[in-house]
Amino acid sequence: MSAARPQADNRPVTGDPSVARPVLDAADLGRALTRIAHEIVERNHGAADVVLLGIPTRGVSLARRLGERIAGIEPVTVDVPTSVPIGSLDVTMYRDDLRLRGVRPLEPTEIPSGGVDGKVVVLVDDVLFSGRTIRAALDALSDLGRPRAVQLAVLVDRGHRELPIRPDYVGKNIPTSLTETVHVLLEDIDGRDAVLLGPADLARAAAEETTR
Amino acid sequence: MTTPPIVRTLPRHLLSAADLNRDEALLVLDTAEELARLADRPIKKLPTLRGRTVVNLFFEDSTRTRTSFEVAAKRLSADVINFSAKGSSVSKGESLKDTALTLEAMGADAVVCRHGASGAPHRLANWIRGSVINAGDGTHEHPTQALLDTFTMRNRLGRIEELRVVIVGDVLHSRVARSNVLLLSTLGAEVTLVAPPTLLPVGVDTWPCSVSYELDAVLPKSDVVMMLRVQRERMYGGFFPTTREYSRRYGLDARRMATLPDDAIVMHPGPMNRGVEIAAEVADSVRSTIVEQVANGVSVRMAVLYLLLGGAFIETVEAAA
Repeated sequence: MSAARPQADNRPVTGDPSVARPVLDAADLGRALTRIAHEIVERNHGAADVVLLGIPTRGVSLARRLGERIAGIEPVTVDVPTSVPIGSLDVTMYRDDLRLRGVRPLEPTEIPSGGVDGKVVVLVDDVLFSGRTIRAALDALSDLGRPRAVQLAVLVDRGHRELPIRPDYVGKNIPTSLTETVHVLLEDIDGRDAVLLGPADLARAAAEETTR
Repeated sequence: MTTPPIVRTLPRHLLSAADLNRDEALLVLDTAEELARLADRPIKKLPTLRGRTVVNLFFEDSTRTRTSFEVAAKRLSADVINFSAKGSSVSKGESLKDTALTLEAMGADAVVCRHGASGAPHRLANWIRGSVINAGDGTHEHPTQALLDTFTMRNRLGRIEELRVVIVGDVLHSRVARSNVLLLSTLGAEVTLVAPPTLLPVGVDTWPCSVSYELDAVLPKSDVVMMLRVQRERMYGGFFPTTREYSRRYGLDARRMATLPDDAIVMHPGPMNRGVEIAAEVADSVRSTIVEQVANGVSVRMAVLYLLLGGAFIETVEAAA
């Protein structure tokens, strides 16, 4: 395992391997969000029935920023009297790996007052990896109501799916090795916007191994 | 998820309020706060403890605690087995240990135990592999009651730290008082016990709280007043001359309630003796949190069950890694 060199885009990694390599900078990240916002509006012929639900913690922050951008594209009109409702959906209690590690603290779930029944719910998360978080989110959502449709927006799709789950909106596809780490940094949580690709984290890799 | 989850956990058993340090107690309260929102949802159920078995082992009568634990476990999808001493083999002379081993053989992941003898859950914890939750043992402790009381205080008053809490009445026979004193002092509240000298336990001077015999002197300086029931079923002697005199000196009536600061709340762990320790008009006033306490009990017990049973035991994870 120690021989595994971090690989990305089939390019050899140069420089100090202990330093995470930036993949998206603040401007790239902003552009990706703007594009996703446009795609959501385009796909749903407006934003009238759209509800954005972020998965804590960074998904919530991304959902908020997508909401701001959608408001900029689709101004409030008579048909669409309010801006896009934004909420958060904690999936902890629905995870399938709860019993494989220590207990996790819960994050807030805030469902907008209009609920999700008959709405187009766009789940927002920072990184799409195995797909298990999204599976848990779909289960959590079905206990909250019956949306007309559920879509998935992620900032980074790093591959390695373990379930038949596919995102509808992707900020950037980043091919990764299983042991690499993807760090999404966001202004309101981390002080700056960036996506970093970190080298193999062996401790984490070992932990992942036990959960498989 | 990009960040590895923060692993925080509780001790394996919840036997005493003193088992929890500040962070652990706050973790329970924060978790309970998230779980409380479940009550507003159409489906009040989470799949988290599916396939886990919770045994309610009650050797003493209880309505609210047993139902509260049962509802909590069911909302988390655990299987619940209710076992009361009446109508079980205990009435045929089976010992606590044999009962415990029977439950163990049935695969109980958690045993919620109420027993008339102080320390019974503690003994139980040595015999079985699952988690033991003390749901009240004799005159010793009732940690989940203390957690739900603190949860209620934090909900109503926004904080625990530096709250002035007065616990009034039969402290001698009260497991609620002991657990509350321990938990509240861990969380930084200032607790005062008020009782006639005959209803204070030996060694109360070593508890992390102050003691007073004069209710009227303490009330104007308190944020929370917790009234305790006079536990006649545990009294085998004269602890005060008459109920009327007790009520006169240590009961909370409207006149005494009026001396409280404006935002102070009145609590009671139930069951109440209206007219003895608490007047009916006080129990039904807006300051009273008695009904809230019952609702909060479910959320807090869900939090405890989730935190004890929801994850792997840390030592198992480390061994596997």
